[in-house]
Amino acid sequence: MTLDSMPIGKTAKIESVGGEGALRLRLLDMGLIPGTEVTVQKTAPLGDPLEISVRGYQLTIRKDDARLLSVREENK
Amino acid sequence: MIFALVGNQNSGKTTLYNALTGSNRHVGNFPGVTVDSKAGEIRGAKGHFVVDLPGIYSIRPYSSEEIVTRDFIINEKPDGIINIADASNIERNLYLTLQLLELQIPTVLALNMMDEVRGNGGTIDIAAISKLLGIPVVPVSAVKNEGITELIKTAVDTARNRALPTVTDFCPSGPFHRCIHSVSHVVEDHAQRIGISRRYAVTKLIEGDDSGFIGRLGLSQNELELIEHSIVEMENERGLDRNAALADMRYSFIEDVCRLTVVKGRVSRERLRSEKIDRLLTNKTAALPIFFAVMVLIFWLTFGVIGSFLSDLMSRDIDLLASFVDRGLERYGMNPAVQSLVIDGIFAGVGSVVSFLPLIVVLFFFLSVLEDTGYMARVAFVMDKLLRGLGLSGRSFVPMIIGFGCSVPAIMATRTLSSERDRKMTILLTPFMSCSAKIPIYAVFSAAFFPGRSALVMTSLYIGGMFVGVLTAMLLNKTAFRGKPVPFVMELPNYRIPSFKSVVLLMWEKARDFLRKAFTVILLATIVIWFLGAFDSRLNFTENSQESLLAAIGRLIAPVFRPLGFGDWRIATSLIAGFSAKEAVVSTLGVLTGAGVSALDATLPGMFTTVSAVSFLVFTLLYTPCIAAVATIRRELRSRLETAAVVVGQCLIAWVCAYAVYTAGSLLR
Repeated sequence: MTLDSMPIGKTAKIESVGGEGALRLRLLDMGLIPGTEVTVQKTAPLGDPLEISVRGYQLTIRKDDARLLSVREENK
Repeated sequence: MIFALVGNQNSGKTTLYNALTGSNRHVGNFPGVTVDSKAGEIRGAKGHFVVDLPGIYSIRPYSSEEIVTRDFIINEKPDGIINIADASNIERNLYLTLQLLELQIPTVLALNMMDEVRGNGGTIDIAAISKLLGIPVVPVSAVKNEGITELIKTAVDTARNRALPTVTDFCPSGPFHRCIHSVSHVVEDHAQRIGISRRYAVTKLIEGDDSGFIGRLGLSQNELELIEHSIVEMENERGLDRNAALADMRYSFIEDVCRLTVVKGRVSRERLRSEKIDRLLTNKTAALPIFFAVMVLIFWLTFGVIGSFLSDLMSRDIDLLASFVDRGLERYGMNPAVQSLVIDGIFAGVGSVVSFLPLIVVLFFFLSVLEDTGYMARVAFVMDKLLRGLGLSGRSFVPMIIGFGCSVPAIMATRTLSSERDRKMTILLTPFMSCSAKIPIYAVFSAAFFPGRSALVMTSLYIGGMFVGVLTAMLLNKTAFRGKPVPFVMELPNYRIPSFKSVVLLMWEKARDFLRKAFTVILLATIVIWFLGAFDSRLNFTENSQESLLAAIGRLIAPVFRPLGFGDWRIATSLIAGFSAKEAVVSTLGVLTGAGVSALDATLPGMFTTVSAVSFLVFTLLYTPCIAAVATIRRELRSRLETAAVVVGQCLIAWVCAYAVYTAGSLLR
């Protein structure tokens, strides 16, 4: 499953980070690395981008970019 | 000594800079400091300066901000680094800290917003975190001005003693440790030779930095292969590629540090408050209406109430002074040419600069409140989808909207865009948003050709401008700005109450900036236009505007406009005059027709057909921005060539569009 298809309010663990170049490095720098927990908070009023919470802060990420993160939902 | 102030965006860096420098806003010209970074003398520490570098999350050479920061630190070798970190978001903030430690420069960590952490019942063990990171750590609250004196003292002491960070190894064992060790071995002598920290060189080699840094190390092919070999070995063992492994190594270290030193309090009050505010401001149905309401309010206050009131007040004072001086010169019997220079050249130039000033100050008051509260990030979040098709992010929305009021502050407002590419593109697009100074032109022409339908005419023009802007953006996106836009992965900071001091300082800065950089250009241009209007081709002073040099140039270039349906030299002349200020188009037409502005609705139909009037409106909508806007563009783009390209490009686009409209209109007739 990828991050963009996660239901709102659910938490998942990142399994791998795809993409390339500046975008991928930016994702890694922001703390989205394999093993990190992310929670999808909401979508923007126009349906895109997403607001997620990671490492105790809020981040906005476009759905196209969220698709690069494969995640596994945590059962909590 | 010189200190570099480095930190994440939203960490309170600007506020700390203001607290560090106090009122000593001496801006020095340090080598390597770009136009965008400020430098000031540190309060109570004579001879010590702090350079405010752009807010960044990492020192990778991918965005212009990161490159500025890296180049300053590597090339200018500051005596110390003051690293500000948001204590309430410590994990991600320390990520940059670890990269700074690798540079082996005396560094102090300022843990900002400690008051928030404590207020929520959390603590951070300062002594322990300082030991684990190997640098002095000072808790501060930049907004409340707490801990600043201590921070200054610690920073100065650390730099004076050349106390380098003692911890640079962030993984004591495992494949990554082995990889660093073997790369380090190869690179040691090379790094020393060019005077760069060995640990930093190792990181750059693992990252595969392609900005020419690796070349400077002068490694042999053999050594490079050796390094690559150990990196690949590490990748295989870790099951992660080099960049993910590097990020993982840093974050794992940070997690360990935090586990030992940070006691998290209850869910932060600021977070809960932000969620509540966001429930309204980024609400599915309310977000857009609220945003437009906020913009309308700011617009109305800036251009309608406060700004225009102050503008009128100031231009009235200037006019009073001008007429006083005028009478004085008259009585003195001054040469009429000199008198005209003073009144119509200098005073007119000063007047136009001064009339922009209140707009800038008032607008930037609102903009910095929007920025500092955290609302601007939400605007980007909400608007992103609309601008993505143009290759821009939501952040460009606000400057473009301000363009409808005045291009000058709009272009200045692009400074908040974090990516250079987005910034440039937004600057190029802003002039397509029809500014308020063009309204008199639309009004006069509507009255003359479309009586009673001026609202329709104006709306069409505004939409037409945006439409052409969108087309241009799409074209630029495919040509000049091809390539990957900077990723839109942006933090949504908690809402905060802005610091009054920061808001006021920003207003003052923008006003000073505008006066300093734009004043001479605008004044010179006004004097040139005055000269062209006041002298004839034999350089005799003339009161007859028909004989002036300006009119001669108008006659010369009038044929250019013939295909657009308005080849009259008086029209060409008024368009040239419009370069000094758009309002001048109408007044010049009034003077040249000899009947004055009030009679224009009677005289214009003699010069234009309905179709050519539309063509003229399209041309004025799109052609070169006024000299004040051009001066601002020049300042922000930092390139004469690019500025010239904007001016010429706008004129070309205007000509082509007007030609298309005229040709189509003539065919339909």
